[in-house]
Amino acid sequence: MDKRLWWSLGAGAVVALVVAGVLSGFASGEPDGLERVAIDQGFNEAAADHALGDSPLADYAVQGVEDERVSTGLAGIIGVAITLAVAGALFYGLRLYGRARRRGEPT
Amino acid sequence: MHIPDGFINLPTSAGFGAVAAGGVWYSLRRAARFLDDRRVPLAGLVAAFVFAAQMVNFPVAAGTSGHLLGGVLAAVLVGPWLGALVLTVVLVVQGVFFADGGLSALGLNVFNMAIIGTLGGYLLYRGIVALLPKTRPATAAAAGVAAGLSVPLAAFAFVLEYAIGGEGGASLGTVAAAMGGVHVLIGIGEGLITALVVGAVLATRPDLVESAPKTEVMAHG
Repeated sequence: MDKRLWWSLGAGAVVALVVAGVLSGFASGEPDGLERVAIDQGFNEAAADHALGDSPLADYAVQGVEDERVSTGLAGIIGVAITLAVAGALFYGLRLYGRARRRGEPT
Repeated sequence: MHIPDGFINLPTSAGFGAVAAGGVWYSLRRAARFLDDRRVPLAGLVAAFVFAAQMVNFPVAAGTSGHLLGGVLAAVLVGPWLGALVLTVVLVVQGVFFADGGLSALGLNVFNMAIIGTLGGYLLYRGIVALLPKTRPATAAAAGVAAGLSVPLAAFAFVLEYAIGGEGGASLGTVAAAMGGVHVLIGIGEGLITALVVGAVLATRPDLVESAPKTEVMAHG
């Protein structure tokens, strides 16, 4: 693969890390559109607690890190890494599968 | 826009989950046909970027915020099938690791954002692109407009789900009006961010924009 593509991908990764690691700390904490509607229309009470609500990264905060911005930023950086790993593994696997299938077809 | 557990009853969630699973399965089949060495890391990066951008809620009205969905953005950058899979991966990661979006509501969220928001939004994009000149600014603008429209589109998918199996007894008419109103506003932010990002990638690496129409090489440098 050409070197220039890796540079472009690297630049994109830096942007994603800055957005998730820094910009996220300045995000609005207000309820989002759906939450707002649920509160105003009185069905927010129907929401159940998340089954994994006690997980160490729940609600985009790293458990045990006091500073809110640092905690959110760290969670964001970890999330970018997890997403890259999961998506990378899925798409790499899918590429192998697709290639094997194409090879199996009569040409 | 991430639905928590409890808003929509389980049979409805399961039904939409089945439809969403069908959409994801079909997207996997289609994506497998053309995935190559270049697109694997690119699609992974787009997923990471959509995850990151979804963390940044922007204020839209008093006491309300919104964030990028990124479906049209992903579909324009890596094509609709990989785009739908990108959104699915983001939603799974958010639901499993960050307690964002209920686990029983995962199928609903995939249906709304990865299927309707991404594939539906991509159809809008193709329609708008066909009407505009084949230039880079027009392509970025088409992506922005389609992305903006995809947000109320996804919001109405929620209204449909609420109509079938909504809990909490809110009136459907007022839920529909409120969902539409606030998501039109969020759509403006979605459109601006999408146009900006697509424009920036077109300006630097136009070859990495899968769904851009062929532009005249000399016309725009």
